[in-house]
Amino acid sequence: MTGFFQRNGIAISTYLILAVVFWVVLMIVLPQAYMLDFSFRNNLPPAKIGGPEDVYTLSNYRYLVFGSPGSADAFNYLHLQVFLRTIIASIFVTLIDFALCYPIAYYIAQVAKGGFARSMILLLILPFWVNEILRAFSFRILFGTSGVINAVLQSLGIVDQPIDFLRADVALYAGLSYAYILLMVFPLYNAIESLDHNQIEAARDLGSPWWRIHWRVVMPHAKPGIASGCTLVFMLSAGALAAPQILGGPSSLWFTQIIYRWFNTGGNWPQGAAYAIVLLLACLVFVLAVMRLFKISLGEIAR
Amino acid sequence: MSSQAIRKLLVSFYIVLFFLYLFTPLIMMGMAAFNDVEFPQVVPWAGFTLRWFPALFADALMMEGIVNSIWIGIGVMALSVPIGLAAAIVMTQVHQRLQTLYYTIVVSPVLMPGVILGISTLVFWDRLGTFMDADYESFYYSGMFLTIIGQSTFISAYTMLIFLARLQRFDRTQEEAALDLGASHVQVFWKVLIPFLRPAIFSAMGLAFLTSFENYNTTVFTIQAESTLTTVLAGKVRMGTQPDLAALAVLIIGVTLVSAVAIEIAQRREQRRELAAKAEAARAERTMQAAAQPAQ
Repeated sequence: MTGFFQRNGIAISTYLILAVVFWVVLMIVLPQAYMLDFSFRNNLPPAKIGGPEDVYTLSNYRYLVFGSPGSADAFNYLHLQVFLRTIIASIFVTLIDFALCYPIAYYIAQVAKGGFARSMILLLILPFWVNEILRAFSFRILFGTSGVINAVLQSLGIVDQPIDFLRADVALYAGLSYAYILLMVFPLYNAIESLDHNQIEAARDLGSPWWRIHWRVVMPHAKPGIASGCTLVFMLSAGALAAPQILGGPSSLWFTQIIYRWFNTGGNWPQGAAYAIVLLLACLVFVLAVMRLFKISLGEIAR
Repeated sequence: MSSQAIRKLLVSFYIVLFFLYLFTPLIMMGMAAFNDVEFPQVVPWAGFTLRWFPALFADALMMEGIVNSIWIGIGVMALSVPIGLAAAIVMTQVHQRLQTLYYTIVVSPVLMPGVILGISTLVFWDRLGTFMDADYESFYYSGMFLTIIGQSTFISAYTMLIFLARLQRFDRTQEEAALDLGASHVQVFWKVLIPFLRPAIFSAMGLAFLTSFENYNTTVFTIQAESTLTTVLAGKVRMGTQPDLAALAVLIIGVTLVSAVAIEIAQRREQRRELAAKAEAARAERTMQAAAQPAQ
């Protein structure tokens, strides 16, 4: 510690320590810790906080699983179903993005030449400078009942009634996959780019068919990139709020929308915090599963 | 045709499709902004109009949102750039054994869903306000303040990563030389380190502002009764019946595309300048060596 002060001088050391402590303690660690604490408490008005009713309780978590004590159903089917649907749909979106992006990432990293590859990267980045909400809005214009896709289908005579893509959640899945493409492409690209092209040549010279080159040479090398791309896309999809609000059908919900309701119209913050903790845990489980599956460390994912 | 040629054709076809998928939604939205119908749509085409653009500026709610977003963006810049810089410097000096733990903690906000950051910021400062017995006008309950804090939680991690990348190329002997020549630590910081980091500071500021400007997931929880551009937009898009939204999209796309291209050009110029400087240094070294040779 004295070494730290000697190395940076008193003034600079003070700045460094203050800034980092403010960030780590007041912005990262304490809010998370407090949210966890908060999720185990009753929903009380400010006047009663610290009073005799301010005790720890599991009721917020119990509500997610079993519903309100007086309800007729054994489980809180609505919320559990939304939770499962959010997780499964996010995995689905992740797989779609991987399938879409792998060929492009491979092409830019190993096949395309200098200037052309750079222009393709620029083209990839451009759409993602556009606001998330406006991107979702553009999918409404495409997929709406009076949207472009329905108009094309109808004029070709494929359907005679417009298809309600929004109600069928097609627009939502398309919009979510679209929203996070960039976060899949770049980790994949970085990983594949570091592969020595000679290895691919060697495999080809030895008579390996193209699919086996990918399966046995490129993908094993790109494992950290695949893992970090999948983790990022999964977390952002599971935690998405704008796209489900804008593109989700009227009857279907995303788990984040339920959380949002607890904080707004529901007015039950501890309940919302408990749901948020469940979402965070689900993301954590996913990361650990990916790390297990790909046998890599967290440092390699967060790179 | 050989199977190789067919495969090449398929690959090109796929790439074209992929980029169509990327750009069609944006192009369609752009067209809807100029279509003369009361609903944002492209077909049927009812004729070209510019009337949705003035409609935008008449929207007081949206203008208020934009102004708030700009102030929040400035606040986030002012908070996350110094924090990211300090965190990056500390990272280069922290003890080897602590490094992994430290890195995991400071990068965790990037890997956390934005809604979680918004919620934890909201409940934490709300409780802190209750604890301090603050009144409801104080900053503990201010939507603008909480939004700046909540967004900076993860944006500081972005800026830190930018500074880390640049610091890896910093030659510490420059610092030592300045200290040996009698400079104070503060002077070294301002006259050696900051000038070296200048490009990274500009990138970090730009990234911080833009990320803040378009953030929704964290903001929607922390902003409470106030509004930003994104919360106003989300409310309007959910109603989804006004072509002036498409007009706004065209304006935003225009501005962001111009700035994205400008950033890209600036970065390439910086890279070229660095390459040129490196080549110049190598050349100078060679001439010096050549000049030293006869003397030996």
